[in-house]
Amino acid sequence: MASESGSVLITGGTVINGSGDLRADVLVGNGKVERVAPDLDAALPAEGAGGPRRLAAEGCLVSSSFVDLHTHMREPGREESETIATASLAAALGGYGACVAMPNTDPAQDNVAVVEFVRLQGERAGFVTVAPSGCITVGRNGTQLAPFHSLAAAGVRLFTDDGNGVQDPLIMRRALEYARELGVTLAQHCEVARLTEGAVMHEGCCSSRLGLPGWPSIAEVLMLQRDIELVRETGATMHFLHLSTARSVEIVRQAKNDGLPVTAEVTPHHISLTDEKLSGFSTLYKVNPPLRTMEDIEALRAGLADGTIDAIATDHAPHAQHLKDQDLAAAPPGMLGLQAALGVALGFSGCSPRRLVEAMSWAPARIAGLDDHGRDITAGGPANIVVFSTEGTWRQTPESIVSKSTNSPYFDIDLVGGVRHVLHRGDVIVSGGVAQ
Amino acid sequence: MKHLISLDALDAADIAGLLSTADHMAEVLARPQPKVPALRTKTVCSLFFEDSTRTRLSFETAAKRLSAETLTFSASSSSVNKGESLRDTVETLAAMGVDAFVVRHKTAGLPQAITNWCDAHVVNAGDGAHQHPTQGLLDAFTLSRAMSRGNDLSGVRVAMVGDIRHSRVARSTIRALHVLGASVTLVAPASLLPAAFVGTGAVPDGWPVSVSHSLDDVIGDIDVLYLLRMQRERMDNAFISSPGEYSAHFGLTDTRLAAMRNGAFLMHPGPMNHGIEVAVDLDSLSSRGITNLVTRQVTNGIAVRMSVLFTLFGSGSEAIDGQ
Repeated sequence: MASESGSVLITGGTVINGSGDLRADVLVGNGKVERVAPDLDAALPAEGAGGPRRLAAEGCLVSSSFVDLHTHMREPGREESETIATASLAAALGGYGACVAMPNTDPAQDNVAVVEFVRLQGERAGFVTVAPSGCITVGRNGTQLAPFHSLAAAGVRLFTDDGNGVQDPLIMRRALEYARELGVTLAQHCEVARLTEGAVMHEGCCSSRLGLPGWPSIAEVLMLQRDIELVRETGATMHFLHLSTARSVEIVRQAKNDGLPVTAEVTPHHISLTDEKLSGFSTLYKVNPPLRTMEDIEALRAGLADGTIDAIATDHAPHAQHLKDQDLAAAPPGMLGLQAALGVALGFSGCSPRRLVEAMSWAPARIAGLDDHGRDITAGGPANIVVFSTEGTWRQTPESIVSKSTNSPYFDIDLVGGVRHVLHRGDVIVSGGVAQ
Repeated sequence: MKHLISLDALDAADIAGLLSTADHMAEVLARPQPKVPALRTKTVCSLFFEDSTRTRLSFETAAKRLSAETLTFSASSSSVNKGESLRDTVETLAAMGVDAFVVRHKTAGLPQAITNWCDAHVVNAGDGAHQHPTQGLLDAFTLSRAMSRGNDLSGVRVAMVGDIRHSRVARSTIRALHVLGASVTLVAPASLLPAAFVGTGAVPDGWPVSVSHSLDDVIGDIDVLYLLRMQRERMDNAFISSPGEYSAHFGLTDTRLAAMRNGAFLMHPGPMNHGIEVAVDLDSLSSRGITNLVTRQVTNGIAVRMSVLFTLFGSGSEAIDGQ
C-alpha cells in the first residue's frame, strides 16, 4: 500500500487497551490511528523507501497518553514560575497528552475570557491538550457561584476552587445543585480551613519534634465526610482532589460501596514521600495537602490498587526559586510532578502497568470529560499515544527539568521506567525521550 | 561544630564541653575588666525577624565581652516584606563580611535554611516552636551550678509546666536537662502538649519525659519547678479557657508554694507573667526554702552565649586566658 507522508508506525510494542493486551504495531496517519496489527513493520515499506516513520517500541508498552487532572500552569499571572508552553512540554515529556489546568491563575479561571485564553495558549504551544478547569466561586472567594452555564458552554467540564476548598456548606450545596443538570463535575480540595491555619506540615510526631505548626488529618477527613453527605443529598457528581490520609481512603471506599457518584485522585508524592522529609526544614517539601506518614502511604497505595482511588494526578505546582527561598510559613506549597509522575508511579505505587494506565489515562480522561483521550488504540480512534518502558531506573536532574521552576522533590530518588515516545493528535511530540 | 541550630544535633560531650567553657566565661565576667580579645576582628550580626530585646542584648553583650564587632538587623527597619526575599537579605548582609549570624525568627527552620544560603556561622536564637538552644544550655548550666553538681544532674526531678506545644524553650531545655541526667515531667492540659502526645496518651518516641495533667500531683515530689510563659493569646484558639483558669490549675500559687519541698528551685525563661503562671510574691520564696534562679538564668545567659560564640569560631584557648 502507498503510505501517507507524515504517517508513523510504532513497532514491536505491547498495546494496553481496556479490551486487553495486544502485541501489535500501530500505524498513525492523518491525526488518527489507522491500523493496529502485528507485523505491520514487515508489511509496509521501509522508512527510507516511502514508508512511515518508525518509532521503536520493543519491550515497551503502548497506551493512550496520560491525562493529568491537576496541573498548575501558572499562566496567566505567574509566568515567572511556569507558562502554559513550558508546563505543556513538561507534560509531554512525562507521557501526557492532556492536562486539566487549575484555575488559581491571576485573573482566575472564573470567566469565559480567561478559560478561552488558557485553551488557546495550549493550542499555540501544541504539545498537549490543555483543558481549563473553572472556578466554583468567583475569584475562588467561596461566596458567589461562578458562571457554570457559560463556562460549561465554553467546554469546561471540571470545576474547582482547588487550594481554597469551598468552606461554606450552603455554597457547596447550591453549587452541587447548580452543577448537576449541566453534567459537569465539581472537584473539592478537602480541608476545613479553620483547622489548618498557619500549618506547614502534617501534624504528628515529626511536626511535634520540629515545632512546626501541624496540618491535621482530621481537617481533610471532616470536609470529605461533609461533601459525601452533600453528594448523597444532591445526586451530583464530585471528584475529590489529592487524598492524603488513610482514613480518607476508607471514607471514599464506603461512599463508593453506597453507590455514590464520587471519584478520587492521589498524587505521586503522596504515595512516595513522608513527613520525615521536612526534618531538614526544606521548603521543597511543603505541599498542600502535606506529606503524611508511611501508614497513610500504604493506605493510599492500597486504595489506588483496588480502584477506590480512580486516578493519579500530579498537582504539578511550579514555584520560582525566590518564592521557595523563604521560611516555611511564608513559602508557597507545591512541587513539580509532570516529568517524574510515571517514574514515581512505577517505582512506588505497587500497581501493575495496566492499572497505572487506567489510573493515569482512562479514568482521568473520563473524569475530565475529555472524549479524545483515554481511549483504546483502535483503527479510526484518536492518536493520543504514549510509548513507555517499565524497566530500569533513572534519576531526575535539574538540567532535565523543562519547567520554568525546578522545585522537584525527586532528584535524590530512583525513578523507574521511562517515556519513549508521545504522539498528540498524530504528531510526534516526544521521540526517544526527547522533545521533537 | 560550625553552627548551633538544635541541641538534638549535639551529643552529651558537646553539651558538657559548652557548659565547661561557660564556666571559664563566667570567670571572665567576674573579672574587674570582664572582656577578652577572643573574637577581635570578628563580626557578629543579630538577625532578628521577631522582636526579643532580652535575647538580642544578651547575645550582643556576649559578643562584646569577646571583643567582636556587633551589627543589629531588625526586620521592622528593613526591606523584608518589600519584595526582597529572605535569602536576598541574608546574602546581602553576609556580603558585608559577617562571620556569624544570631538568628531569631517566628518560623521553625529558618536558621537551618540560612546555613544553606551563606558561609557564616549561624546561631539559633529561637525559631518558632522548634529550638532555643542557648536557653537550654543556660538552663542546664544554671541548675547544675546552683546545685554544685558539675555536668551531672542525674536523679534530679524537674517539673516543666505550661505551654509545651508552642515552646522552643521546652524542646531545648528538655534535651539539655535529659542529657545531664535529670528526669523531666511535663505538666500541662493536653491542649498545650505537642500534637504527638494527644490521642493514645502514650509519650511519643523521642521525648525523654513523663507527663502529668495535675501540678498538685507532682509539686511535692520535685527538685525543680520550671514554669513556662503562658501567653494570653492562647485562649483565642481555645488552647485554654482563660488565664485565670490556667493560673488556678497550673500556676504557682501560695498553696502550691507551701507544698514544694524545702530546698527546691524555681526557674522561668522570662519574661514572666505575674498573676498567671506566677501568682505568688517571689520575695517570699527564700523564707520558704525555695531558691529563685530566674535572675541567675539571665546572668548565666551571657556566659553560655560567650561559650557558644567562642566554641563556634573563636581562635585558640589562649585568647580567653590573658588580659
